[in-house]
Amino acid sequence: MIQSIVDGILTGAIISLGAIGLTMVMHMLRFANFAYAELLAIGAYAALVFDALFAGLLPVLDTAFKPLTLTAALALATIIAMVITGASAVVIDWLVFKRIRAKADALSMVFASFGVALIVRNVLTLIFGHKAQLYSNDIAFAVVLSRDPLLLIKPDQVFVLVAALALMGLFHLVLTRTTFGYALRAVAENPALAQVSGVRLSAMITAVWMIGGGLSAAAGVFYALTNHLSPVLGHNFLLPVFAATIVGGIGSVHGAVLGGFIVGIASGLALMVLPSGYAPAMPFVIILAVLLVRPHGLFGEDHS
Amino acid sequence: MIGMISYLAFFATMAGILAIVVLGLNLQWGYTGLFNGGVVAFFGAGAYGTMLLGGRPELGQFGGYEWPFVFALAGGVVLAALIAWIVGMLTLRLRHDYLAIATFGVAVAFESVTRNAEWLTGGAKGLRGFPRPLEAAIGNNFAYGLFFLGMVLVVLGAVYWGLQRLVHSPYGRALRAIREDETAARSLGKNPARLRLQSFVIGSAIMGVAGGLYVAFYAFVSPQDLAPILTFQVWAMLIVGGAGNNRGAVLGAFLIWGAWTASGFALSKFAPQAMQLYTGSIQYILIGTVIVGMLLWRPQGLLPERIVTRFTKTAAKAGPTSKGAI
Repeated sequence: MIQSIVDGILTGAIISLGAIGLTMVMHMLRFANFAYAELLAIGAYAALVFDALFAGLLPVLDTAFKPLTLTAALALATIIAMVITGASAVVIDWLVFKRIRAKADALSMVFASFGVALIVRNVLTLIFGHKAQLYSNDIAFAVVLSRDPLLLIKPDQVFVLVAALALMGLFHLVLTRTTFGYALRAVAENPALAQVSGVRLSAMITAVWMIGGGLSAAAGVFYALTNHLSPVLGHNFLLPVFAATIVGGIGSVHGAVLGGFIVGIASGLALMVLPSGYAPAMPFVIILAVLLVRPHGLFGEDHS
Repeated sequence: MIGMISYLAFFATMAGILAIVVLGLNLQWGYTGLFNGGVVAFFGAGAYGTMLLGGRPELGQFGGYEWPFVFALAGGVVLAALIAWIVGMLTLRLRHDYLAIATFGVAVAFESVTRNAEWLTGGAKGLRGFPRPLEAAIGNNFAYGLFFLGMVLVVLGAVYWGLQRLVHSPYGRALRAIREDETAARSLGKNPARLRLQSFVIGSAIMGVAGGLYVAFYAFVSPQDLAPILTFQVWAMLIVGGAGNNRGAVLGAFLIWGAWTASGFALSKFAPQAMQLYTGSIQYILIGTVIVGMLLWRPQGLLPERIVTRFTKTAAKAGPTSKGAI
């Protein structure tokens, strides 16, 4: 029970990071972006490439911070991966979404995002292969926190939770304490009014993609660090991050964070009674439950 | 020669079954503007439903009631419609994204049930042993292939005819009206939520019909038959053919299925040995590129939607009379 909750919180932190950007993109551009979760995979693989590069160029960096398996090379690589993933989100928007936005309806955007997801996922497969990979071949030993009830935790998991919460806290400060944060919220609230007030919409859209891409990349690396890395990473997170945005209410950043934890913990608990094969379907059950009880989510507004 | 013909019949049967799915999607997306991200689940519901009711009984396995094919098929269709009704009830009142996410979720949930609920779906190994309709009476394999193709084409024709009637009726105009401008349609007394739900359920039921035919054709169904790529293939077919045009939908189904089969054949024949594991990925990229490319450069498809002119003719005829009255 405790173990399921703790594991749920860890997965929840990763889902939350992924959901923050998605909820902003969905609210601002008004379409469900099914290519969004692929950013997690792009980020995780970008970090893999730069990790190997740094470790090769400067072997000094390739020692792990004990008791973590995280190395300085990977930490640096993660930061670069966040920038690269943000940039690729912007490039994808320029290449595809922006053009379709200009002439077609939201439905075409949703279709296009599925197409983009399919392309990204399979290009990653072609480059990196089907098989699962790890950042580090060191064995990460779990620490036994308690024997009855049994509670095991890996140092990497603690690091991931702290880092994820730090990133979310940082973004919260940006959103609530800076002019840029105000502008971002203004655009999300009412794009036309924000533009009249002198906020450049196109710059804000770029910023949202950069932030969303960066946070997703971190989420992807965090997942890969505590589990493993494969081309279906993004696909596996697609439904959980959507569930988190719906639970929180589309457009609500705080809702998305809370939603991520709820989805993570609920899925963890559900697997105590259900076989693990049903894990992928859990977010769907949560989505249905929310739609039934509170269709606009915890913090969503009723726009209808 | 016979080999060639039977291969062509096999190809056309599969393309015909997929064309039925595309027609169902066309009613939802093309005519009503509804997103369906879980085409494979409704197709699969038809397939598994038909298999459970019409299949042969097996030890420890639910279903296998050996119902006559037509009744088993009807059961599968009802199952597909029922799932569509539940999802539609929950999501169609909300922003269109919710339907997109929920239907995608249905597909994921459906796949995990087919893979895990062994007592019901046979798990990963699937269900086998479906008594194919009239197989014993026809006997000869080659003749049966042709007979089955004929049956698929008859169903395809019937679905096409029915949908043409439907979309060119006042009901079809109401669907397009809510697609174009919901507020205007509502002000004319149409109930968008109800029309959407009906269109979604009918479209999904049509996908269920195709699923039932698929099971009868292969006499076997497993989660591998219902891979998520099927949803993408069906979309590509509709986008290429032309959303909002039933002839385009059928054309797109045959074109994309042809391209898919040909590219699979070419890759397995000419791709280097080391790449053989990855030919699937290359095909997926092609499908994704077709979808994105069409949306960017020819969103109306090869056969664009045609707005019926009969209405304007009547309006033109009415014109002078009203002028005369003044």
